[in-house]
Amino acid sequence: VSGNGSGVAAAPALSATGVETMTYREALRLAMRQEMERDERVFVMGEEVGLFDGSYKVTAGLLDEFGPDRVRDTPISEEGFLGAGVGAAMLGERPIVEVMTLNFLLVAMDQVVNHAAKVGAMFGGEVRCPLAIRTPNGAGNQLTAQHSQSFDGWFAGTPGLKVVAPASPADAKGLLKAAIRDDDPVLVIENLPIYKEKGEVDLDPDLITPIGRAAVARAGGDLTIVSHSFATVRALHVGEKLSAERGVEVEVVDLRSLRPLDVETVAASVAKTNRALCVEEGWPSYGVSAELAARIQHTCFDDLDAPVERLGMAEVPLPYAKELELAAMPTEDRIEKAVLRTLDLAA
Amino acid sequence: VATIDSTAAPVDPSVAGLYDRYRTMFLIRRFEEAAERQYKAARIGGYCHLSSGQEATTVGAVAALQPDDLLVTGYRCHGFALARGVPAESVMAELFGRAHGCAHGRGGSMHLLDVSRGYYGGWGIVGGQMPIATGMALSLVRRGAEQAVLCELGDGAINMGAWHESLNLAAVWRLPIVFLVINNLYGMGTSVERASAEPDLFKRAAAYRMEGERVDGDDLEEVEAATSRLLRAAREERHPAVLEAVTYRYRGHSVADAGLAYRTKDEIEEHRREDPVARTRELLEARGVPADGLDAIEHEVEAEVERAVAFAEADEAPPVDRLAAGVYTPGSEEQFERMRPGSPVGEEELVFAGGLGE
Repeated sequence: VSGNGSGVAAAPALSATGVETMTYREALRLAMRQEMERDERVFVMGEEVGLFDGSYKVTAGLLDEFGPDRVRDTPISEEGFLGAGVGAAMLGERPIVEVMTLNFLLVAMDQVVNHAAKVGAMFGGEVRCPLAIRTPNGAGNQLTAQHSQSFDGWFAGTPGLKVVAPASPADAKGLLKAAIRDDDPVLVIENLPIYKEKGEVDLDPDLITPIGRAAVARAGGDLTIVSHSFATVRALHVGEKLSAERGVEVEVVDLRSLRPLDVETVAASVAKTNRALCVEEGWPSYGVSAELAARIQHTCFDDLDAPVERLGMAEVPLPYAKELELAAMPTEDRIEKAVLRTLDLAA
Repeated sequence: VATIDSTAAPVDPSVAGLYDRYRTMFLIRRFEEAAERQYKAARIGGYCHLSSGQEATTVGAVAALQPDDLLVTGYRCHGFALARGVPAESVMAELFGRAHGCAHGRGGSMHLLDVSRGYYGGWGIVGGQMPIATGMALSLVRRGAEQAVLCELGDGAINMGAWHESLNLAAVWRLPIVFLVINNLYGMGTSVERASAEPDLFKRAAAYRMEGERVDGDDLEEVEAATSRLLRAAREERHPAVLEAVTYRYRGHSVADAGLAYRTKDEIEEHRREDPVARTRELLEARGVPADGLDAIEHEVEAEVERAVAFAEADEAPPVDRLAAGVYTPGSEEQFERMRPGSPVGEEELVFAGGLGE
């Protein structure tokens, strides 16, 4: 019962150790394979995760390796199979529900926000919901208004949920594993444009990235960029460019977790640099950067030499035409300009 | 037939089961009446959905469950909790929002549960429990268990997308689940005829090549027999099914609704003449159980409900410093410890100060 139409190579042995360079997509797959190997209760379900090898090939080869019971194709029924994940999790399974993109998760919003997030508290702690939800967001491929959105802040603002958003292959593996092992519902926000990004990944099956811990992805003393997911990748590029061209040293704090939010690491960085720029792929109004700005001004009021700056998607439904799409996005060029503006430097 | 006293079940085994079921039906009736009084006395808050009139469906369906079968319901759930054996004290304390309620005062009337009895809630969004119950049935299949899930919903829920998605998933995956549609003729104030293009609700099962069946929901034995048969097919052959039980709710949608804007007093009276509790009592009498024995059991139940109210009144409030208990699994404190700086005013004390975990 398998079709390997994509010609994905046979899965490498899980016994390998050491560090390997792989893509973000491969790191996610490694995390799932390791956790499925480790724990019988772990299974994957979603649209096209099996026979089709995954809409974005993240689950490629898993059907061959684990069979149709543990790699379960679903009909196009996001509310139905997301809720099925909640129910299975309440009975002690460890489902990984893949939703094709974050845009489609809205169809299952009721199950995520009204159900999964409520199980623990509403039933007085009598039953838990150890569910991992994987879904990518991201703009930039002319996917237009309904397929280019980042609602990270909506979910991160919901008590009862945990939300992580890895920026690197190492954290893609580490955070997904942490999400699968966690006893609460965890939304893992992946990102379409960085599925192909490569990085070094420690193969150690016991190595996870702890939830609730940000990372200083680049050290610098002039300004702190706070970001997550693809925005971190962009910020790191900008950091290198500004260092080489202008001698400006940007510190990049990669949030990794949105809820719990590691405000301590953000604040420590801002206390050092005295300036903060919050960058996200989503709309900034009421967004992740809004939350960050509030916390930074409260915590670092006496440290700040400039108002906290924010940059995100232009507040329009994303248009199709390439020029318009580009004009809306928080590109590296716009991040660079925002850094210089926050530093009172000419562009 | 032996004389029945107030503490012993009848000796005749052919009547014993019915006798127990009658006791539970009467308990639900008296419990709901007490709940309404307590709500009107402002000891119960929020929404309070009563099931008076639906006792034969509730008790008949739950009686068909094996001890290890699972039960998932919507929010009109007091009767289901009681029928599954959750102590009346624990249910009433939950309605009062007290510490020893079955959800520790976190859930209230709509979110009763008892995991030890396989009762997984008590869900408040119309239709939202269906995908969850479907996932539980999937889990039973994955572990090779010969158990089934009974998922209760109201007639109003079957026009939700979740109904379609859940039935389709249950059918394509061949899951051991019975969807019990309690058709009490109205979803809030909208009659089934006004809401459903196919008012023979059980027929919708055909769209999923699933067995669909309708019973008189006020006939205890008919409900139990049909539910038993469908649950057995679910357990043994993984045949999901729909069972529509046609009944009537005497009270409004919730206590706040007088229930008269969309139906007449005459209509309600007409249904009361076929009262399922009275019908079941008549059945017992017809089978030789003496009236004084039944009277005695009714007095016993009334005392039980009084004790439940007294227990709830005397029970303590959940401690405020445990506000956040249960939101996240104990052990999550470490994950949240770096979130405190810059917390909105008050959040730090309420959410982070020892609130997590039990």
